[in-house]
Amino acid sequence: MDKITINSINLFYDDFQALKNINLCLPAQNITAFIGPSGCGKSTLLKSINRMNELIPDCKIEGEILLDNKNVYTEYDVNILRKKVGMVFQKPNLFPMSIYDNIAYGPRTHGVTKKADLEEIVVTSLQRAAVWEESRDRLNKNALGLSGGQQQRLCIARTLAVNPEVLLMDEPTSALDPVSTAKIEDLLIELKKQYTIVIVTHNMQQAMRISDNTAFFLLGEVIEYNTTNKLFSIPQDKRTEDYITGRFG
Amino acid sequence: MRPQAWNEKIMRGVFFAAASTSVLVVAFICIYLFHNGALALTKIGLWNFLAGTVWRPNIEIFGIFPMILGSIYVTLGAIIVGVPTGILTAVFMAFYCPQKLYRPLKIATDILAGIPSVVYGFFGLVVIVPLVRDFGQALGFGGNGNSIVTASLLLGIMILPTIISVTESALRAVPALYYEGAVALGASHEQSVFHVVLPAAKSGVLAGIVLGIGRAVGETMAVIMVAGNQARIPTDIFQGVRTLTANVVIEMGYAADLHREALIATGVVLFCFILMINLGLACINRKNMTKKGK
Repeated sequence: MDKITINSINLFYDDFQALKNINLCLPAQNITAFIGPSGCGKSTLLKSINRMNELIPDCKIEGEILLDNKNVYTEYDVNILRKKVGMVFQKPNLFPMSIYDNIAYGPRTHGVTKKADLEEIVVTSLQRAAVWEESRDRLNKNALGLSGGQQQRLCIARTLAVNPEVLLMDEPTSALDPVSTAKIEDLLIELKKQYTIVIVTHNMQQAMRISDNTAFFLLGEVIEYNTTNKLFSIPQDKRTEDYITGRFG
Repeated sequence: MRPQAWNEKIMRGVFFAAASTSVLVVAFICIYLFHNGALALTKIGLWNFLAGTVWRPNIEIFGIFPMILGSIYVTLGAIIVGVPTGILTAVFMAFYCPQKLYRPLKIATDILAGIPSVVYGFFGLVVIVPLVRDFGQALGFGGNGNSIVTASLLLGIMILPTIISVTESALRAVPALYYEGAVALGASHEQSVFHVVLPAAKSGVLAGIVLGIGRAVGETMAVIMVAGNQARIPTDIFQGVRTLTANVVIEMGYAADLHREALIATGVVLFCFILMINLGLACINRKNMTKKGK
């Protein structure tokens, strides 16, 4: 079943057209990878799914994006949408507060006030994000004291704490070392049992390792979209082949 | 030696002299003030001077406790008026203000910072004093409008530009990532701004408040014009009050001997207040540094 359907999306920054007639169906409980050279629009499309593009002035979007067959731009309240569609950024962006308060921020925002409930959410979120063992003894310490890899897994935990259905990941491992990257990749494979995951990555090996489907972007267009196996073993388009064999980009 | 090296040496000396000026001036002020103030303090007695509730220079009774209270009252009042207003204005300018409104607002707050305090005093005298008098009488208090409330309102306005500009730049220095992170969790604009960005800018905001307090404690002219200046302990906020600064300015012109020395000692107390405030600011800044260094 398709969790997210993208129908003829065109997106403009002022006069510049960043996305050209994008059509994609992203299946539920799968990992879909967006690959392509810098500036090809893959992050832009990712941000359009939870309407983070609306933070950019002069950004105009045409077409429709459906989440569970409902248009995210017209049929969802933006705050509810973003609760359902969580996002993890390229750089870890924990708030300058304790680990506990970071994870509890989302649930508190959405009205959870009972201490016991919050505690349970914090613990299960940290466990699901596989960062519980490292953080259990320092829940009240400032979260910014942790390593980059730990911070990024805490960011994932913070996103999980509001109980989303979709996880959008914007190059989540590009600022991390290989060991932390491997941990996060294992985590994502574990998480896809429950969540629909979309990941933007510059690392083609990463896309091959973890994703079920891959979309190749170039200059604001989707050149090819297929199962990851097929796209990397028998690319249909010459440009895809050139990119994945490292001839450009 | 090459001629260029000589030039450099001379210029280094010039720069050093320029840089030393402010340090030397502070040192001289300290020495002068404490030397002269100490004379009065030994004659009057430190405790009698600080805790004495009666100020009668004509019979040589010098207790400045009413003035210390006066300074604290009007400063607290200014904080109550100015801090929330200033912080909310800064939040508005940084996160809510439509582009078109920003420039006029920025220009207005900049002008507010440049208005001479005697002009503020006139404004207080002509506009705020009658309003406070009527308001106080409506509530059943006496007084002619020259009061703690009036001085607090006026000082609250005067410290606005300091608080606004420092707070605004602190808010703008918070990485956009924090805001985006909060919004991406489904937090509304308000929730993100007030629960994430504002706390993240906390130390900058505190620095702005401390600077504002410094200005309120040291303000003289405007306060004299609206505070009533009675040297006694007020019993309600619609009564007049005399601050430390007012005490010095009002009587310095005709004071002599011990009276004059007591006024200088008043200056010493004021100076200590300001030193404490600056120490507080330095502590806040140091805390900032160590946090960022982590």
